[in-house]
Amino acid sequence: MAAWFTRSSGLARLLSRRTTKMASPAIFGSGLGPLSSDPPMPAPGFGASSAGECLRSLRHLGSGKAGEMMSQVDDRCGDQMLDFPGGKVAFVPEMRFLPASPSERINCYRVLDYNGQTFSGSRFPEVGKEVAVKMYSDMITLQVMDTIFYEAQRQGRISFYLTSNGEEAINVASAAALTMDDIVFPQYREPGVLLWRGFTLHEFANQCFGNKLDYGKGRQMPIHYGSNRLNYYTVSSPIATQIPQAVGAAYSLKMDGKKACTITYFGDGASSEGDFHAALNFAAVLEVPVIFFCRNNGWAISTPTTEQFRSDGIVVRGQAYGIDSIRVDGNDALAVYNAVHAAREMAIQECKPIFIEALTYRAGHHSTSDDSTKYRSTDEIEHWRTARDPVSRFRKWVERNGWWSDAAEEEHRGNTRKELLRAILIAERAEKPPLSELFTDVYDHVPSNLHEQEKLLRETIKKHPVEYPSDVPV
Amino acid sequence: MAMALRTIGRRTSFLRRGFSSLSEATKAPTDGKLINLFSAINQALHIALDTDPRSYVFGEDVRFGGVFRCTTGLADKFGRNRVFNTPLCEQGIVGFAIGLAAMGNRAIAEIQFADYIYPAFDQIVNEAAKFRYRSGNEFNCGGLTVRTPYGAVGHGGHYHSQSPESFFCHVPGLKVVIPRSPFQAKGLLLSCIRDPNPVVFFEPKWLYRLAVEEVPQDDYMLPLSEAEVIRQGTDITLVGWGAQLSVLEQACEEAAKEGISCELIDLRTLIPWDKETVEASVRKTGKLLVSHEAPLTGGFGAEISASIAERCFLRLEAPVARICGLDTPFPLVYEQFYMPTKNKILDAIKATVKY
Repeated sequence: MAAWFTRSSGLARLLSRRTTKMASPAIFGSGLGPLSSDPPMPAPGFGASSAGECLRSLRHLGSGKAGEMMSQVDDRCGDQMLDFPGGKVAFVPEMRFLPASPSERINCYRVLDYNGQTFSGSRFPEVGKEVAVKMYSDMITLQVMDTIFYEAQRQGRISFYLTSNGEEAINVASAAALTMDDIVFPQYREPGVLLWRGFTLHEFANQCFGNKLDYGKGRQMPIHYGSNRLNYYTVSSPIATQIPQAVGAAYSLKMDGKKACTITYFGDGASSEGDFHAALNFAAVLEVPVIFFCRNNGWAISTPTTEQFRSDGIVVRGQAYGIDSIRVDGNDALAVYNAVHAAREMAIQECKPIFIEALTYRAGHHSTSDDSTKYRSTDEIEHWRTARDPVSRFRKWVERNGWWSDAAEEEHRGNTRKELLRAILIAERAEKPPLSELFTDVYDHVPSNLHEQEKLLRETIKKHPVEYPSDVPV
Repeated sequence: MAMALRTIGRRTSFLRRGFSSLSEATKAPTDGKLINLFSAINQALHIALDTDPRSYVFGEDVRFGGVFRCTTGLADKFGRNRVFNTPLCEQGIVGFAIGLAAMGNRAIAEIQFADYIYPAFDQIVNEAAKFRYRSGNEFNCGGLTVRTPYGAVGHGGHYHSQSPESFFCHVPGLKVVIPRSPFQAKGLLLSCIRDPNPVVFFEPKWLYRLAVEEVPQDDYMLPLSEAEVIRQGTDITLVGWGAQLSVLEQACEEAAKEGISCELIDLRTLIPWDKETVEASVRKTGKLLVSHEAPLTGGFGAEISASIAERCFLRLEAPVARICGLDTPFPLVYEQFYMPTKNKILDAIKATVKY
């Protein structure tokens, strides 16, 4: 809302108080003349020069009604303390500015070291053999998917692709810590969440090829997956738009008394968007069970985080909005699992948002339209791909527990590869969605203007059939 | 805030902006009470919340009744969980509303002034409008209704006067609806809230207090995407929506004194719009005038003009006239110069009829 009305509101209150004395409603149309002879309104405790200004400054500072705030000034506080909405504020004689950042950076929660060994004192009782093996094998599946789909794009068989290289632990471990009732509002680098929930390789392939079996009916670019069955809202390309939506969905869960939360994923770049800030603030104020999961992978296409923000990463923003927040090692599957598991419990039990910043690295290019060696060193990429690789780190832990072996690895990779290649062949040969689907789902029913346009288009196609793709049934 | 707005009501009354909103064909039933437009909106919201427990009303300053009093009494009756204030952030309001609607709720979001809807433009255009299409109907946010006051108010200047409807008329997947009177506002708003598509509902704030008519107290809905012929005529067709209808009606009356018979159409829904009703009228009269407060260039009047030129080219006896706001920002002291006033319309009627 504009400042204009805020001011006019303050003014109107002033006017209304004064005019009750004068009992002259005509003042509203007659300018400010009579005001000048009136004494100024008292503004106790605020040091403001007028009630109007006082109301304006209150509006800046917070919640509640102006009337309530006025009455909250507590004389017992004397001049040591200001009883202000949100709690008591101490007065100090020294002028001190808050530092731009605390002297130490926020630390990072971790369970596994680079050798896949747990730190002493780490607690991770939740991940047993079955879950751990599924986690690891899904991470492998995600890697195989990324390799083969990336290659398929390079061969010109699909139009676009975007890998999750380096973020496999975030994808799979966060999904593993949730239940199927939890609602996912993804960005686009989280297909592993969908994989964990049971989206098949055929379903992935159908979407990437935009065939008639694609739930999105071939309308969106590859990797824009979505599944109602799996509570995974369809990916859209704009950055950060899903974050406030996750808050609204969480409000619905809260009102329905569901024992579930929403989780929304986004990157470090998204944290600069207005929607990010809107969402955190709404979630804190409206007290909803949502997990904000930030994948801080260091790069927003070519923009490094040093050119994205000056704060200590993104975790501090969560706290600034009044949200319990944690920073975790995003390449440590167990740390991610534990953090999301705990976040989920807190979010649902206490009906509040939780913020997680996972530190990771986008080990692949932004997408198939990007060559990241143009803006970052191959040494840097290689270091993260090898020494800090989340998949091999988790494998060491799983193997040490005796739950995985070279043979199991070979078999799973081989089978996945075979199954995916088959899924791609089938998806590639499948028909595209029929032309009529171009016009459905704009609204719940096709309106007359679209009927008219469909008719015209069909006439054009009859006249110039070679102009149109032959694999779309007309 | 309420005081400031009462000011608007008083000031507008000096301008003697006459109003008669009912068509000859569809008089409201007589069991209603005389109420103004904000009370009609308020009644519709009461009914919407009462008839569907999964409906929510929220926005800036909504809990205490809203700066235009449209949400008065709702929080007391339905509780603060269903009627609540949000932080001051339009993109947050609409983003939140989309998520709420996508979970099967009716999310009735208020944007305090249409002038401030632009921060939410991305959420409306890229998210709400495409939610169903992009998911192949796996998901939809059809329960979303964005209510927002629009248009001139006598002293609103740049940022309390705009008519941004045409921006939204360029967006497949949205419906855009604008009522002209209390009776229309209640019935159309209930239809919008219950329509399974996202709707932007622009409320003519000039008329919130000024327009008074008999409105049935019960639950009723008026059809979307159906224009209404509110005055029959033979010489020229006039098309408008919202508050502009009252100006057009005055022009019709003046024209009648000079022997010109005008047919007046309230478009009511701007997209998807009822071309057939406008076309049928122009086929009868052979002449068309479109009028809106929004700037001329790129306004929705251009779309109507082009469509009717396509459909009625050989029947048209004169160029389509567009009497609209000027192509300037909405100006404070020049408001009367900017506006598509009765006499501008009357002159254009005469010129078109004599063409």
